[in-house]
Amino acid sequence: MSEAGRRFISANRRVREDRRFVAGHGRFVADLEMPEMAHVALVAAQAPAARIVSIDGSEALAMPGVIAVIDGAELAGAVNPMMNGLDTPNVKRFPLAVGQNRYAGEWIAAVVAESRALAEDAAEKVRVETEPLGYVVDVEEALEPGATPVHPEHGSNLLLDRTFDWGPVEEDFAAAEDRLSLRVTWGRNSTVPIETFGVIAKWHAWEGVLDVWASIQMPKYADQIARALKIPGNAVRVHYDVDVGGSYGVKRGIKQTVLCGYLARKLGRPVRLIEDRLENMRAGDAHGPERIFDIEVAFDRDGTVRSMKMRALDNAGAYAGRAPFQLGKPIGAIVGPYRIGSVQYRAMSVTTNKTVQEAVRGFGQSPTNYAIETMMDRVAEHLGMDRIEIRRRNFIRKEEFPYEIPSGSKYDSGDYHTVVDKVLASADYEALVAERDRLRAEGLCAGIGIASCLEPSGGRSSFEPLLNEKNKTSTWMEGSRVNIDGLGDVTVAIHTTSSGQGHETLAATVVGEVLEIDPDRIRVVRPDSLGSLPGNSPVGSRMAIMLGGAAANAAKDVKRQMLAIAGQMLGVSAEQLRYESGTIHGPAGQSVSWDEVVDVAHRRFDDLPPGTQPGLTASFMQQVPGDARLPENGKGEMYPCYSFEFHLILMVFDPVLARPEIRRYVIGHDCGTVINPHIVKGMTLGGIAHGIGAALLEEFAYDAEGQLMTQSFLDYLMPSAHEVPEVEIVHHCTPSPLTEFGQKGSGESGYLGAPAAISGAIHDAVRPWGVHLDKLPIRMSTVSDAIAAAEEQGKGYR
Amino acid sequence: MRTSLRVNGRTREVEVEPRMTLLDALRDKCGLKGTHAGCEHGVCGACTVLVDGEAVRSCLMFAVQCDDMEITTVEGMAPEEGELGMIQDSFCETHGLQCGYCTPGMVIAARALLEKNDEPTDHDIREAISGNICRCTGYGQIVEAIRLAAKRLRESNVARSPEAAR
Repeated sequence: MSEAGRRFISANRRVREDRRFVAGHGRFVADLEMPEMAHVALVAAQAPAARIVSIDGSEALAMPGVIAVIDGAELAGAVNPMMNGLDTPNVKRFPLAVGQNRYAGEWIAAVVAESRALAEDAAEKVRVETEPLGYVVDVEEALEPGATPVHPEHGSNLLLDRTFDWGPVEEDFAAAEDRLSLRVTWGRNSTVPIETFGVIAKWHAWEGVLDVWASIQMPKYADQIARALKIPGNAVRVHYDVDVGGSYGVKRGIKQTVLCGYLARKLGRPVRLIEDRLENMRAGDAHGPERIFDIEVAFDRDGTVRSMKMRALDNAGAYAGRAPFQLGKPIGAIVGPYRIGSVQYRAMSVTTNKTVQEAVRGFGQSPTNYAIETMMDRVAEHLGMDRIEIRRRNFIRKEEFPYEIPSGSKYDSGDYHTVVDKVLASADYEALVAERDRLRAEGLCAGIGIASCLEPSGGRSSFEPLLNEKNKTSTWMEGSRVNIDGLGDVTVAIHTTSSGQGHETLAATVVGEVLEIDPDRIRVVRPDSLGSLPGNSPVGSRMAIMLGGAAANAAKDVKRQMLAIAGQMLGVSAEQLRYESGTIHGPAGQSVSWDEVVDVAHRRFDDLPPGTQPGLTASFMQQVPGDARLPENGKGEMYPCYSFEFHLILMVFDPVLARPEIRRYVIGHDCGTVINPHIVKGMTLGGIAHGIGAALLEEFAYDAEGQLMTQSFLDYLMPSAHEVPEVEIVHHCTPSPLTEFGQKGSGESGYLGAPAAISGAIHDAVRPWGVHLDKLPIRMSTVSDAIAAAEEQGKGYR
Repeated sequence: MRTSLRVNGRTREVEVEPRMTLLDALRDKCGLKGTHAGCEHGVCGACTVLVDGEAVRSCLMFAVQCDDMEITTVEGMAPEEGELGMIQDSFCETHGLQCGYCTPGMVIAARALLEKNDEPTDHDIREAISGNICRCTGYGQIVEAIRLAAKRLRESNVARSPEAAR
C-alpha cells in the first residue's frame, strides 16, 4: 500500500494494453478488412497557389479497377465547409480544394479504385489544368499591406489580432529598474506519428448510419462529421475500439473522414483512405505551430521580473481550423512558474500558403515556454546572475497556492523550490559544473541548460470563448460507466480512442482502487460513439483528471448502491456499514458478501431497498474541476491543474563540427499523484525526445517558391536512439486539491521544457563567442557558422 | 505471379504482382497485420521482419525476392496464442511501448540483436534499434526492456530461439 493508503494507484503495475501490441495484435485502422472495400488516393496541387481551370479524370476512369474520380467542386456542392474555431466565415475549407488551391500538396481531387495501388496509378492520370496565382509563405510578408491574401474573400491574411492587457503593465514597466527585448522563433515542426492518418467509412443505406473507423484523437469528432455531411448526429457511429498509432495532438481527421463519408454514400461501398507518408507530410494533419515571439521584459537589478510584453505571431498556414486556439491555451500559464505581476499579450494568427496548422502536443504551450525561458536566461545574462538563482527568486512560493496569475488562472498547487533542490542534489550540480568546465578546458563547447515550466492540464477549452465571443464553452466533460454483471464481474466503459496513453489501465486502476478489487479482474470496453456517454477525447493533458475522475465516481456510486443493498439485508443503515475489499461488514460482526449483493441487485427485486433500481450500474459525467465561469474582459480561468517540470542538462559539441551530444539529462517532475508510474515515465521520456527533435532536428522547411522541402523521413529528421540520451527522472508529488486522487496531467510532460533547456545549453556553450541563436531548430551548421563568424571578428577563445 | 512465402514456419503460396512489397504481401496476402507500414522509404523500421535471421525492412523488399527464404514476423514471436515470448514479456514488464505501432519492429530488432549477442551493452542496444523510430517512448523503456530480455535469456537454459537451436 502506498503512503496515502492506496493499493493500486501509484503502484508499479503493468500496462494492460501492452500485451496485444507486443504480440502484433493491436487493431489499427489499416488492419481492418471489409468486403467490397474501395481505396482512395489523392491528386495533389503542385503550386503553392493556383486557380483550378479544369480537372479531367476521364483517362483515370478508363483504367481497369478505377471506380470514381471526384474534385472539390463536386464535394463543395454536397457537404458543408469544415468548422472554424474563430468567427472567420469567409475562410472556407473543404476536404478538396475548391476553385483554387492554397498550398503546395493540397488535395484537389480524389481517385477511388479497387486497390490503393490502382488508385495511385490512376491519380497520375488525372489531368489538372491550372493558372498560377500569387502566394506568400513568410508570416511577416503576409501581414504587409498589399500582400497576396490567401483567402481573397476574407480580405486580409489576419485571422486573429487580439491584445490582452493584464495590468498594470505600463506602471510596472515605468517602475522597473531595467528592461530588455528579444525575439525568438519556433520553427514549424510537429508530432509526426509513425502511423499516418487512416479512416474507413461505410454507409448503411437501410439503417441510415455512417460507420466510421479512424485513427483519431479529435474532440467532438462525430458532431463535426455529421455537420459537414448534413446528416443527424445520431447517423454517425464512430468505432472507438480502433487503436491509434500515435497522435500527440495531430490526428484530427475531419477532412479525410468527410471525404470518405461522402464517397461511401455516393458509391454504396466501404471506402478507405490510409495516407501514405507524402500525403501525410504535405497535406495530412501534419504541421504544428510556427511562431515568432517578440518580448519586452521589465525587471529590477536584483533579478525580480516585474512585467512582460509578449507578441506571438503565428503562421497558421492556408486555412483557419482550430489552429489559432493554440495561441489561447498558453494564456493559462502565460507567466510560467513565476510571480510576474503584469502581462501584455498580443496574439496574432496569420494565413500563408503553407500546409494547415493542426493541434500539437501542448497546444502552443511548448513554444511559449521556450520564449519565457529564453527571456529568463537573457535577463540573467544581462544582470550577470546565475540562471538557477534568477528562477528561484521569481518562483511562486509553496505557501502562495492557490495562486492567481494576471490572466486569471489559478495555479492549484506546487513546490517549485523543492523540486529544483531535489534535482540539483540528485544531479550533483557542482560536479556537473566541474564537468562542463573540464570539457571546455579540452577545447570543446560545453554548456548547461536549465528550464522550468508548467503543464496546464484538464482544461475546459476556455480559450474558445476567450478568443471567439460567439463561443460559450464552459465544460469539457468526460463520462464513464461501471457495470457489475450478474456473475459479479466488473466492466468499465470508456468513450474514446487512445493513442498510447493507456486509458484502459487508467480506468481499471481507479475503479479497482475504489472497489478494492484487483484491477486485473476488471474488463475495460469502448462502446461506439452512439453507445457512449459524452466526452472530449484525450486532448489537453486531461484524461488522468477527467476520465480518472469519471470512472472513480461511477465506481463510488456502485459502491454506494452495494452498501444500501447490504444495509437493507442486515436491517441497519448504510452509515453503520464498513466496506472492505468487496465484503460489507455490519456493526455487530455480521457481513454480506459481494456475491450476495450481486444476487439481490440482479435477481431479487423484492429484497432491494425501496426506490432502488435493479442491476448494479452507474454512469458519471465528470465536469472540469475549478472555476467554470466564462472569461470576462479577456480574463478567466483556463485550466484547473498545473504540473511542474525542471530540466537540467549538460551538452557538449566540437566548435567546428558542432554535432550536439547530450551528456546528462535530469528532469524533476511533479504531476501530483501518479496513477501508473510506467505510463507517466514513458510520457515524460517521450516528450523529452520530441522536444530534442523540435530543438535540434525537426522542421517542415519551405523554399522561397513555396515548396515543402521536407516531405519524407529522409529529410524531416526525427531523433533516434542515438540522439536521445538516457534520462534521469527526479519525482516529487504535490497533490492537486481539486482532483479525485490529487492527480494532475502528464501527457505533455518533457516536451514542454526540453526545447528551452537545449537552447539554453547551447547558449551556455557558445557564451564565449557572444552568439545568440534565436530560431529553433538550432542546426549544427548554424552553430558552427555562428562560431566561425564570431571568430573572424576576433571574439571567443582563440 | 505465384510465389512461395515461408512465414513463421508455415509455407504459403500467394499470387502477387511483381511490384508488391514483402510488407504488403505479409499484410494483405498472408493476413499477418502485425507488421506495420510507417514511412515506406526504409527509414522508420516499423515494417522490420527477419529474413533468414537478419532484420530487414519489408517495405524495401519485393515479395517475389523472398521465395524460399525463412521469414519471421512478430506473430511468430509468441510460443502459444495468449502466451508471450521472453522478449515480448520484457517489453511489457518495462512498458517499452505506448501506442504499439513501432513495437513489432522493435521486438524483431531486439530479437535480431539478442540472437547474436546475449550480453549487449547499452551502446549495442541503442545501435541495434537506431534504425527503428519510436515517437512515443523516447527509447528509455525500450532499452530497459532489451536489457531485461538479455538478462533473462542468459539466466534461462532454453535455446535463444528455434533458429539458434538448429
